Amino acid sequence: MSPPDDAAAPAAPALSFDDVSVVRGGRLIWSEGTFDVPSGGIIAVIGSSGSGKTTLLHAVLGMIPTASGEIRVLGKPPGAATGLIGYVPQNYAAAAGNAIRARDAVMLGLTGNRWGFGRADAEQRRRVDEILDAVDATEFAGRRLSQLSGGQRQRIAIAEALVGSPRLLILDEPLTALDVRNQRGIVGLLARIGEEFGVTIVVVAHDLNPLLGILDGAIYLLDGHAHFDTMDEVVDEGLLTHLYGTSIQVVHTPQGDLYMRSV
Amino acid sequence: MAQSFSATVLAVGYQDNWGQILTSAFMRNALIGGTLVALAAGLIGYFIIVRNSAFAAHALAHIGFPGATGAVLLGLPVTAGLAVFCVGGALVIGALGKQADEREVATGTVLAAATGLGLFFSSLATKSSSTVTNVLFGNLLAVTHQQLVMFGVALAVIAVVVAFVYRPLLFASVNAEVAEAKGVPVRVLSVIFMALLGLAVTMAVQAVGTLLLFALVVTPAATAILLTARPGVAMAVATALAVVSVWAGLTLSAVFNVPPSFVITTIVCTVWLIVWLVAQRTGRDRGAPAASHGAPVVEA
Repeated sequence: MSPPDDAAAPAAPALSFDDVSVVRGGRLIWSEGTFDVPSGGIIAVIGSSGSGKTTLLHAVLGMIPTASGEIRVLGKPPGAATGLIGYVPQNYAAAAGNAIRARDAVMLGLTGNRWGFGRADAEQRRRVDEILDAVDATEFAGRRLSQLSGGQRQRIAIAEALVGSPRLLILDEPLTALDVRNQRGIVGLLARIGEEFGVTIVVVAHDLNPLLGILDGAIYLLDGHAHFDTMDEVVDEGLLTHLYGTSIQVVHTPQGDLYMRSV
Repeated sequence: MAQSFSATVLAVGYQDNWGQILTSAFMRNALIGGTLVALAAGLIGYFIIVRNSAFAAHALAHIGFPGATGAVLLGLPVTAGLAVFCVGGALVIGALGKQADEREVATGTVLAAATGLGLFFSSLATKSSSTVTNVLFGNLLAVTHQQLVMFGVALAVIAVVVAFVYRPLLFASVNAEVAEAKGVPVRVLSVIFMALLGLAVTMAVQAVGTLLLFALVVTPAATAILLTARPGVAMAVATALAVVSVWAGLTLSAVFNVPPSFVITTIVCTVWLIVWLVAQRTGRDRGAPAASHGAPVVEA
């Protein structure tokens, strides 16, 4: 165990890529990823379909090896940092949802990697209650996962990822399959979580628009290479047009809102 | 058809010496053996449902069939043949495709091949017909002292391992991807689970047989999950259901001279049907969203 960081010590970057390439199924997915993502803030992972966004997450999570180069997650190799990461996959609880309550699923985020017989103690239950409250899920936490709406289930998935006090929260397409109101709810929740818990948030998203207001930067997969830049640089018509392979226009409304559209 | 039906009715009759039957040595063995099997079924049943492995459990029972008939052919204990084929088959199924669809076809193919092989073995053996009936439908009343010892050991192994892996196995079963990201060894747990399932099936085949195994191993857990979504409580309810069904089944089989497997299966399935109908009516405990309303699966 390394000594806990104190305020004086410079925080390690949330993600640090050094000439990383990833191969899956014998195919080079992307390469030459060299960048640091500073800790704190909300970062998107963007790129066209099949450009390797989920593959990038899996490499960060240590679920697949890198073909070359080195990834450091909060200063540690992937796989060694699992305790510091909360993960919300794309298809949360698709199958087993009717056999378990939402609250039990969140508890597993805290105790699910512990061996041996043991009941949840009062402190663990209090922690689960606290997180359920933080994501506004207390009301429906006693119900089965299968009885929850998509937006409610996404809140439970986030609670399950957050309950272990991660420093990095990774979400894979959290807004897909949600209606506009629920999208807004989850985006607002992410912004709040980032501040309240001091956690760096990485969001894979095929549609940037709902997230534009809260993002600090983006990892983008362009022409088989991985890059990172701040949002000011990424929200660029030329770059986005190249990235999505269709003409993109960036619109600033008089109200100060920002969105992009395909023209 | 009508003839055989009336013959069956004639064979079913009240036995006024049932008190004596219930206290006999073979019934005592049957009660102990049935209880051990029901406890194992209750421990593993919840995980079978959560892991979507009901079909694998069903297939394993069939895979045990050639193990049992082959053991008879070679003059070995039936339990040993069952254990080798069930646990071995479980590990093979576990190692097969991760994709559920892929696994179903592979499992079904192995199931058919094994059943054919079992038929072949039994045709080679001379005094096989009672063994075949016993393996297909179980015969708790013929459980020997030796089998009881094996049941006890197998149950102890299942209980100790389940207690040790309970939380990571539940985590990996409910959401494999999240668990894997948390460093839970999802693949190792999958192999461990399949080995435990193979052990439980080895026991249960000897109690209720290959063809009726589903009712004792899977259905009580399915019923429990309709009643509660608390994992620990569901396991306790499933175990209680299995144990009570075995006891009631053995008692009624002594009173009316019918095969215990039939009564046990009937009780378990009736309880499931009632709970399922009530759950549908109240709408409180609908299944997974995709398979909810509109398309009842009552035929299953």
